Amino acid sequence: MSETAPLWAAAVLPFALLALAAVTAGCGAAVSAAAERGPAGSARELTSRAAAPLREALRLLVQQPRTTTAADGALRRAGVALLPTAAVLAGAVLPLGFRSVTDPGVGIVWFNAMEVLAWAAVWLTGWGPNSALSLTGGYRFLAQGLAYELPHMLAITTAALGAESLRVGEVVARQEGLWFALWMPAAFAVYLLSAVAMAFWGPFGHPLGRDAAGGAAAELGGPARLVLLGGRWTLLVVAAGFAVPLFLGGGHGPLLPGWLWTLLKTAAVLAVLLAVRRALPAVRMERYTEFAWTVLVPLTLLQALAVAVVVLNR
Amino acid sequence: MLEHALFWVLAVLAAAAGVMVFRFDSMARATYALLTSLLCAGGVVMLLGLDYLGVVILLMMTVEMALMAVFMVMYMMNPAGLMPMSMLHNTKGAAVLCGAVFAALAAGILLAPWPARRGRPPADPTHDLGMSLMGPHMLTMMTLGMALFATIVGTVVLATRRGRYDRFGDDLKARRPDDPVPGGGRR
Amino acid sequence: MTLETLLLLAAALFSTGLFGALTQQSVVMLMMGLELMLGGLIVAAAAVWHHIAPAGADGQVLIVLAVTVMAVEMAVGFAVVTALFRAQEIDMTDMAAELKE
Repeated sequence: MSETAPLWAAAVLPFALLALAAVTAGCGAAVSAAAERGPAGSARELTSRAAAPLREALRLLVQQPRTTTAADGALRRAGVALLPTAAVLAGAVLPLGFRSVTDPGVGIVWFNAMEVLAWAAVWLTGWGPNSALSLTGGYRFLAQGLAYELPHMLAITTAALGAESLRVGEVVARQEGLWFALWMPAAFAVYLLSAVAMAFWGPFGHPLGRDAAGGAAAELGGPARLVLLGGRWTLLVVAAGFAVPLFLGGGHGPLLPGWLWTLLKTAAVLAVLLAVRRALPAVRMERYTEFAWTVLVPLTLLQALAVAVVVLNR
Repeated sequence: MLEHALFWVLAVLAAAAGVMVFRFDSMARATYALLTSLLCAGGVVMLLGLDYLGVVILLMMTVEMALMAVFMVMYMMNPAGLMPMSMLHNTKGAAVLCGAVFAALAAGILLAPWPARRGRPPADPTHDLGMSLMGPHMLTMMTLGMALFATIVGTVVLATRRGRYDRFGDDLKARRPDDPVPGGGRR
Repeated sequence: MTLETLLLLAAALFSTGLFGALTQQSVVMLMMGLELMLGGLIVAAAAVWHHIAPAGADGQVLIVLAVTVMAVEMAVGFAVVTALFRAQEIDMTDMAAELKE
């Protein structure tokens, strides 16, 4: 069913993901501005508000980089560069319609492994500048990772279990009639939560929180900051986009072509996440850990059990 | 051809990063050098056709090393390597011993009459592994499960100093536990 | 990627790890040596599976075992270091020798 895209797709993928990330950031900026300063008066003002992230990106490009005393520059650079790299590598298994850059037999585990690289990336970014606040941010993300990772793994395992395959294309193929989100609601909800948590964004933005003066990004200026924040938006897009093949039927849908359905569904997931960001307060990690381990883990285990029983009787 | 080049890159990187683990002054660098080495080892495993196990190695080692860095910084005297110091003992003896071990292993590897390849790899080694773990190797799987469970209990017992009498008072009657970090209040 | 080169890589990783485990004073660094030795074991197991007995899953099971041992070793190691540190602010193997008295 699913086939591998031509080789040039691999070269296009990073730019496509980056463009999607920029669009998402623009929408986020427009929503934020509307909440803070009232609805936009004209189309021109709306465009200007949505272009705020692009202006910020250009400003960061020419900004003087920041240096700190006794910094470990090599590790900092490695951490900053690792974040967008991890996002793009995870995005390689994302199918657009029914084609992805690569569709390995263990695509779901691959996605998980690449997404975990963000832990190392954020910690290294926090460690590198030799600054207490940024290191605090790095530690926060490790704590957050330990909290979200267990329910997250169980949720994506549940989707793989429903399709009886770790291949992303196979998971999409099995949802031709019925989306997994409909009969695995708990796993889907947990996946959405952990998608936000793995991109340390919105309510899970504590690692880059204002209370720690910007957390892991506190000492970053100029292009390094741009790469880290851009990597975070890319990771968010990839994490949200992976919900589509896993739970929302991938490219399946009436009338429209598969690639358009994938884009529409990804946009819908991102819209939900943008709306949720404004509704939820920042989550403190010791609280989320307790919630994740005492509520979400048993919940996802029960969900996996239910799916396993269905699969056995199929 | 491409696979061959990739293998040599990974192999050299794995060995070099492995050596650098014990040459770096900074704990963070040492930990992430080890991560590099183990990720390359995982890459080699993937090249050999074991995709699932290779990716699992990437996943587990990243998590392990990310956490290891935390403990390193917590318990080491010289986390950032700002004050170069030697924390070695018995270097010479160990070097001789390890050289001898490597020489013996290499001699064994090069001289041993390795048997010819029997059988062909299955179409899906992951499936093979799963069927094996849930079939003939079920005992291995169960032992691993028990070992992991024992590890969870054991590590918590070792690492925490506080029991229920510390949290709820000598008569266990305190309504709210006396914890340094809130959470986990219910008995 | 002959069997010999793969096994030589495994032996190199193993010997490097052994050197670290023997020389490092810090418990955490010692554990990193152990991890490297187990990494060598994993490469060797994968090589033997690929070049000698690919039809059976025994080599793969050995890798699963090694990965689990790494996780267990690390968890127990950190718990022991934490307990030692709590008890007497020890984080070096030489100092822990006093425990036997």
